[in-house]
Amino acid sequence: MESESTTSSAQVNGNLAQTVADLSKHMLELDEDDDLEVFSKDALINQYKLEEQDIKDVFITVDCPENHVTSIETFVTYRVITKTTRSEFDSSEYEVRRRYQDFLWLKGKLEEAHPTLIINPLPEKFVMKGMMERFNDDFIETRRKALHKFVNRIADHPILSFNEDFKVFLTAQAWELASHKKQGPGLLSRMGETVRAVAASVRGVQNRPEEFTAMNDYVETFSQKMGMLDKIAQRIVKEQKEYLEGMKECGPVYTLWSGSEDQLVEPLKAIAGCIDNCCKVTEEQVAGLSENQVPILHEYVLCAETLKAVLRRRDNIQAEYESKVDALASKKADKENLKHTDLSFVFGGFLGKNTEEAKQQKEQRLDCEMKELKEEIGRLEDKVECANNTLKVDWERWKRNMQSDVKSAFVDMADTNMNYYKKCLAIWESFLTSQKTDVHLEKDTDS
Amino acid sequence: MRGSEILESMTDSGNEEVAVIGNTDLTAADLHNNTNNTMTEEGVPLLKKMEISVSEAEKRTGKNAVNMQEIYTVYLIETRPVDAITEGPSAAPDSLWRRYSEFELLRNYLLVTFPYIVVPPLPEKRAEFVWHKLSADNMDPDFVERRRIGLENFLLRVASHSVLSKDKIFYLFLTQDDGWKDVVYDTGFQAKADSRLKALNATFRVKNPDKRYTELKHYSDELQSVISQLLRVRAKVADRLYGVYKVHGNYGRVFSEWSAIEREMGDGLQSAGHHMDAYAASVDDILEEEEHYADQLKEYLYYSEALRAVCRKHELIQYELEMAAQDLVSKKQQREELATGTVRTFSLKGMTSKLFGQETPEQREAKLKVLEEQIVEGEELVKTSNAECDEYVRNAWIDIDRFKEQKNQDLKEALISYAVMQISMCKKGIQVWTNAKECFSKM
Repeated sequence: MESESTTSSAQVNGNLAQTVADLSKHMLELDEDDDLEVFSKDALINQYKLEEQDIKDVFITVDCPENHVTSIETFVTYRVITKTTRSEFDSSEYEVRRRYQDFLWLKGKLEEAHPTLIINPLPEKFVMKGMMERFNDDFIETRRKALHKFVNRIADHPILSFNEDFKVFLTAQAWELASHKKQGPGLLSRMGETVRAVAASVRGVQNRPEEFTAMNDYVETFSQKMGMLDKIAQRIVKEQKEYLEGMKECGPVYTLWSGSEDQLVEPLKAIAGCIDNCCKVTEEQVAGLSENQVPILHEYVLCAETLKAVLRRRDNIQAEYESKVDALASKKADKENLKHTDLSFVFGGFLGKNTEEAKQQKEQRLDCEMKELKEEIGRLEDKVECANNTLKVDWERWKRNMQSDVKSAFVDMADTNMNYYKKCLAIWESFLTSQKTDVHLEKDTDS
Repeated sequence: MRGSEILESMTDSGNEEVAVIGNTDLTAADLHNNTNNTMTEEGVPLLKKMEISVSEAEKRTGKNAVNMQEIYTVYLIETRPVDAITEGPSAAPDSLWRRYSEFELLRNYLLVTFPYIVVPPLPEKRAEFVWHKLSADNMDPDFVERRRIGLENFLLRVASHSVLSKDKIFYLFLTQDDGWKDVVYDTGFQAKADSRLKALNATFRVKNPDKRYTELKHYSDELQSVISQLLRVRAKVADRLYGVYKVHGNYGRVFSEWSAIEREMGDGLQSAGHHMDAYAASVDDILEEEEHYADQLKEYLYYSEALRAVCRKHELIQYELEMAAQDLVSKKQQREELATGTVRTFSLKGMTSKLFGQETPEQREAKLKVLEEQIVEGEELVKTSNAECDEYVRNAWIDIDRFKEQKNQDLKEALISYAVMQISMCKKGIQVWTNAKECFSKM
């Protein structure tokens, strides 16, 4: 691949034009399409301007899927090659093999570390149709492309790309990765996290800032519309395939007919030829749509779910903070109540306890608890603010990416269809020339 | 031609000089009329002298044969002499209304009256080879419109035919408003129609088939089969093309809904959506044009039936000749036996004479006399029939040649117009997607 020769010459402080060219080359590998029109230069420049701090210095490719057979299971691994000029990396080039589970692990770790960053989705884990589909070539290729996109998006992310687990993922050998996975927060502490998260989500957030409510509404609608577009795109491919099946039957009938004729042999055979050629062009078109447009739309359907999860996590963080604030308020109220006589102290007095002492003890305990709470609230307040800010920034980032992806997907679709019609036009025009007629290409008034 | 010669010619297989018996159910007057018609190679067909069109269709209500209310469609036939146009600018055409059943009546009359002509077909009675969006309902306006065009086409074809266009009944069909049906029935063609139909459907085998006609019959079968296949496949493809285009309409709707929540992309999405809607809508016109192509194919599908009928008629005629010749031979044989007194043991005569005794010489004389008369009649019949049948073959072959020319030209034009349609469809497609791409690029 050509990017290998240019990577080494890409400067960290960035020759602007060079990096733009590299970016575009890299994007093109993604689509396996040499046509520059697919990724319009405008989008490229826009993206670059807005991310002036992000100079691309990590290049990753995911390729060479291979079957691995062990005594217990069979699975597919993918080769992951990383080329980088970053100082955090010991070497400038790495090659490792990873399986789908490893990508899944990576995603989980990233979400844990950055709950309110938007991480583009992985391709789906399960295939509905059945087990053997997992090893089907088309499925593996689709998955490979999606995995390639996945790691590259992380590499492009200003925060995520510096994540430690990401580095391990890219560089560690198989056994190193396995042992690294075992480290980290234990099962119990992770369970504790989950319980807290569930509790927070049950409680619900009370004062959600307006902008996040707006985001929620957006995501709802976006998710719905993306779902529909995904279905429409797939339906079109299906219908086009059925149209192709029908067309394939036409050519042979014309050929059969030519066998009965004398004068009409030539035009009938020519028509059969044209139809067969059009079928080939249609096959190309269907392939184009399936490989380029459909996966992008599908990815964004999954993305919508990611967005929902991110917003939920943000809400949970805020809910946790709010619950502590409520707890503090109730403790204050308790302390207030101590000033007035309490039946329990009277009761304690009956049992021989010193009422005043008990009161003082309780007051001390409350003060202590309140102090702890205040510290925690302070911490959580920071956490909320941090979460909100990262989300806001990443939201903008995500939106820009989404816009350019969607735009390129639809521009691509328009190109595929245009090429289809242009090729068919040429085929039919050649038929007319072959019949040596000077036909007026207007609507003919027939008898 | 003497009997022995007929016998000789019949035993020579592959002999082109086949004796044919004329259509015995035509009266002498009819034959004379037809002979006059067939002599006109130099005559001018009606169409050159008269402009004909089927310009409108209307619904009528009326009582039918069993006195029940029915709705039916009538078609306006307009005619205008060609000279009249050059004379005055606003020469109004003559017109009358006819319904489909009257066209059918006309065609049946022509089929019976001119059995050696490949009679142009009518547009289909019921919608066949429909794809799902196309209505199979006879009252559907699109169907009526296509039928109107088909009926006009039928009239023009008949009017441009050197033989058919001269027929009086046809002329009256175009010009006589009242009582045309009675005139047709008065010709007595109905009875001939029935016997003809019966004969054509009967199964019989010809001993010495004419190779040309056999080949032609095979051709008509192949043409019918292949066009049917083509129409079926085409209908399926039309259905699917419709599906592809219409689903794109959904893009339009969803883009529009989506654009409501997008700031930067909103405008691009909206305008792209409009193009998607236009694309989806364009398929209606495309498929309507394709329907015309299908109609052109259908005409030749039905023409193949007419062609087949001419071949079958020829077969029937030849069969009847072979029967008559055989009958003549057997009669001569009988005469032989009577005259020489030899009786073949295994003939009926032989048996009866064995059982009931021999005849008297007077009886034999009487029988001989009858036989002689019959033989003379038979020979005469075979002779005249043969001459007329030669003529049938000749005339039929002229019309078959004409038909072949017409078919080759028409079908070639049809194929070319199909390509033109495809080109137009491609150009429209390029236009739409170019526009859509522009909108997408602005998102």
